[in-house]
Amino acid sequence: MDLELSDEQRLLVEQVRRFVRQEIEPLEAQMDPDASELPADDRLRLIELTTQMGLYNMDVPEEYGGSGLDLVTRTLLAMEMAQHRAGLYAPCFGVFGGMGLAQLYDANDDQKERYLFPVLRGEKSGFFALTEPSGGSDPARAIQTRAVRDGDDWLINGQKIFISGADKGDFGLVFARTDPEKGRAGVTCFIVDADSPGFHVRRVVHTLRSTHYATELQFEDLRVPPENILGEVDGGFGIANERLTRNRIPYAAGCLGVAIRAQEMAIEYVKIRETFGDLLATRQTVQNMIIDNELDIRTARWLTLAAADKAERGEPFRAEAAMAKIAATEAGGRVVDRAMQIHGGYGVTKEFPFERWYREMRIRRIGEGPNEVQRLIIARDLIGGSFH
Amino acid sequence: MAIRMEKPWLPLDADAVEALSGDLGVYQVADGAGTVVYIGYAGGRSLWGLQGELRQQLAERGEGYLFRVEINHQYLSRWEELLKVHDGEHGALPAGNEEHRPRRIGRLSPG
Repeated sequence: MDLELSDEQRLLVEQVRRFVRQEIEPLEAQMDPDASELPADDRLRLIELTTQMGLYNMDVPEEYGGSGLDLVTRTLLAMEMAQHRAGLYAPCFGVFGGMGLAQLYDANDDQKERYLFPVLRGEKSGFFALTEPSGGSDPARAIQTRAVRDGDDWLINGQKIFISGADKGDFGLVFARTDPEKGRAGVTCFIVDADSPGFHVRRVVHTLRSTHYATELQFEDLRVPPENILGEVDGGFGIANERLTRNRIPYAAGCLGVAIRAQEMAIEYVKIRETFGDLLATRQTVQNMIIDNELDIRTARWLTLAAADKAERGEPFRAEAAMAKIAATEAGGRVVDRAMQIHGGYGVTKEFPFERWYREMRIRRIGEGPNEVQRLIIARDLIGGSFH
Repeated sequence: MAIRMEKPWLPLDADAVEALSGDLGVYQVADGAGTVVYIGYAGGRSLWGLQGELRQQLAERGEGYLFRVEINHQYLSRWEELLKVHDGEHGALPAGNEEHRPRRIGRLSPG
């Protein structure tokens, strides 16, 4: 077991950190403090740079043109990419590309041609539509959107909520109940074209975060051909579950990136800010806040890297991913809160990034499966005996 | 909160602008016939918030226009929502937004 970064990992981390400081932060300083989108020319220029660095679309599997970097290294880099104001929900404003919708790597050849490859070329974007007004944490029971056969096609009727990117996406993965008697075994994943009749984006759901908003969807006799079923009929739950588990690792890494940056800023500040004739750095109360930040960051960081390592080795990592998600989202909230407190009045202004991080970090304890559900997952594995 | 802005229009003049607060939020400007010509926001970098933004609109356009505002700390998502609604109902953005707009507008059909 080696807890040190390899030379290659260290170089990559330094390279991405420099990129964030030199390319992202100066642009961000000119933008609205809630912005999540770069001006088009800057975006294209930076994508050229990340492509030259060999890191564009790094999360894409190597056989589809990705970097071939292992998950631990990509997790380390995800922590770096989040270290700026918009970094939690728009790490580096997307100029490192993404992995698209991971489920499409398991699609058939025809579906890959129509959806996966256009996404990887940047020609199309997709969204993931699972959560419904009846709930999101228990999709096996909460999914009430129905898909029924109509000749060879399927007709979908129902609603989804808290769906990001559906207003701008070209297609989505929509989970609908195809057998009401079967619980989790009665859910199917459909690839739905967003310009289909019967597909409606009814409203923007305004939340604590001002950009990367969610939407509410309604399907009215939305017709989907059978060739747009992803995987098998009634096989959707496994597709959704796999995605949710795997996503918890980069989700945790993003929280850690923000926490690391907040801690850096707090340490810089206590060394220059005086109160009652002395620097904040000399106050034990403040020192304790810095220490608690570091304990939070390091604990969550090791749990996150351990989850990535297990996933990379192909071992079961469900409980580890859940632990990383809990640790990083809760640690991130505490670290940002303390850093904000250390900055006093400035900490709550829009001149500093803390207020945005504070709002957005709060969502993280709920998003991608609430932390209470993560605890349930861990308990099942611990008590059920499948945890090693 | 209604999806469309529903507050009454006010004349875009110095008195009305001076009466505005310095809060964050969104606003619409219409010509004398009531056609929306611009949808904007007062964000975290707006000096004097909505009052500052509308003061600038008045300086650039002169009198003869109408405006309405909505205080809203989620000003970016609300701004995008208003642009989508306008685009959906008129098939285009307001004339003044062709330069100031998100990269993709997206679709919204409030029903």
